[in-house]
Amino acid sequence: MSWKPTASFKTLHTRAKILAQVRDFFSKRNVLEVQTPLLSSTSVTDPYIQSIPAIFQKTGSQIQETLYLQTSPEYAMKRLLAAGSGPIFQICKAFRQGEVGTFHQPEFTMLEWYRPDFNHHDLMNEMDDLLQLVLNKGKAERLSYAAAFVNTVGINPHFASLEELSFCAKKNGILVNSTITDRDAWLDLILTHCIEPHFANNHPVFLYDFPISQAALAKIRNEDPPVASRFEVYYKGIELANGFHELQDSDEQRRRFENNLHQRNKLDLSPIPIDEHFLAALSHGLPDCSGVALGLDRLLMLILSAENIREVVSFGF
Amino acid sequence: MASYSTSEIRGGMKVMIDNDPCAIVDNEFVKPGKGQAFNRIKYRNLKSGRVVERTYKSGDSIEAADVTDIEAQYLYNDGSHWHFMCGDTFEQYQMDEAQVSDSKLWLKEQDKCVLTLWNGSPLGVAPQNFVILKITETDPGVRGDTSGGGGKPAKLETGAVVRVPLFVQQGELIKVDTRDGSYVARVKE
Repeated sequence: MSWKPTASFKTLHTRAKILAQVRDFFSKRNVLEVQTPLLSSTSVTDPYIQSIPAIFQKTGSQIQETLYLQTSPEYAMKRLLAAGSGPIFQICKAFRQGEVGTFHQPEFTMLEWYRPDFNHHDLMNEMDDLLQLVLNKGKAERLSYAAAFVNTVGINPHFASLEELSFCAKKNGILVNSTITDRDAWLDLILTHCIEPHFANNHPVFLYDFPISQAALAKIRNEDPPVASRFEVYYKGIELANGFHELQDSDEQRRRFENNLHQRNKLDLSPIPIDEHFLAALSHGLPDCSGVALGLDRLLMLILSAENIREVVSFGF
Repeated sequence: MASYSTSEIRGGMKVMIDNDPCAIVDNEFVKPGKGQAFNRIKYRNLKSGRVVERTYKSGDSIEAADVTDIEAQYLYNDGSHWHFMCGDTFEQYQMDEAQVSDSKLWLKEQDKCVLTLWNGSPLGVAPQNFVILKITETDPGVRGDTSGGGGKPAKLETGAVVRVPLFVQQGELIKVDTRDGSYVARVKE
């Protein structure tokens, strides 16, 4: 056990420089920096994102209340947007239960921003500007989720059956021990094992228009096939950011939350109270907007060619 | 037998996969931001020596293998089997050529080595990192050349062939690093 920092001072200087560059980038574009609570009485209902609970007890009271460390500042920032904030950004800590590895820390630094009147392609343009500034690696490549699958493994992710996906994974050398009966899990496996390693190494890659089963909080466009207006950013095969053309319909959002809770129940996960403040804000009216969250620690890893995320945070978990 | 969860598995652990004892090489946590968590586990099959990668859902468990390493002494080779004895228990073990594999090139009678046992039966043997062996065959080099540049092949008493400096002569003892088969130094008798 060592008391010493896991990051070098050179790294901490680069970290400070990147944070200053990001703040300058948004300040020049008149995007307001905000802070929202990291501790809240609700959290995400997503079955594959777990929140770390914290017990709050008012001094002198016997009543214990379960609060959650936020996995992203999304709901609170959308409440600001609904209240009329205009474009906003935030640099904050985010927390994820159980996630620790080469690219994961249970506590990490997130940059999240929202742009009224932007669709997800407009926001990809702005992401590209920011990445060109901090990475200096030229323009990003854009690739639809379907094209990435068709080009690399020759299957269409919107239509392939469970059997076709499992066969495709096997054919591409993915040996899976567990029984997987979920299309999205196979898509994730093929994406992480077979497609991400083939992404270009010399510039970022933006993957857009996800399957509707992975819409999360994105709008769904009723095209043929219908797709979710969601995008992800990769550089050197590492997932850096996730963005949406944001869902505005509060009824549809409630259905998605309830569906999440149903899935959580099937997976034996604890229920999470639905964020009624967030739904009320959507009912009041969220402006047409796009938003994205970027993992700043991973960005720093890529800038510094670090091999483990612990090397870019002062004291790694 | 106990089992390990994917969150506990680290390099070096011995587990049972497809009824074969395996040593974990690496365990990588893979999780897309909005997707399911997996562990990509790389392991060496201790019977075949092959390194394989397999993906598990995070939270799955793998059965532990009863694999232990013991200190032993290499006794002799009877033509088909290599015989060893544990220094603590005086128990004897034998292995065939496939099991001793490349280690046989470094095993000299009476030398210490490490046996890997699975359920009490030997799986493999590792020589010491450094062994001292006699050169049985090498071309006469140029006397007085002590620069160490160049070099020539030399056959050792165990059958191994290593590259030695030109000044090293037949009949001399040398120290060899068994991990890469490199010459380290000449040794006085």
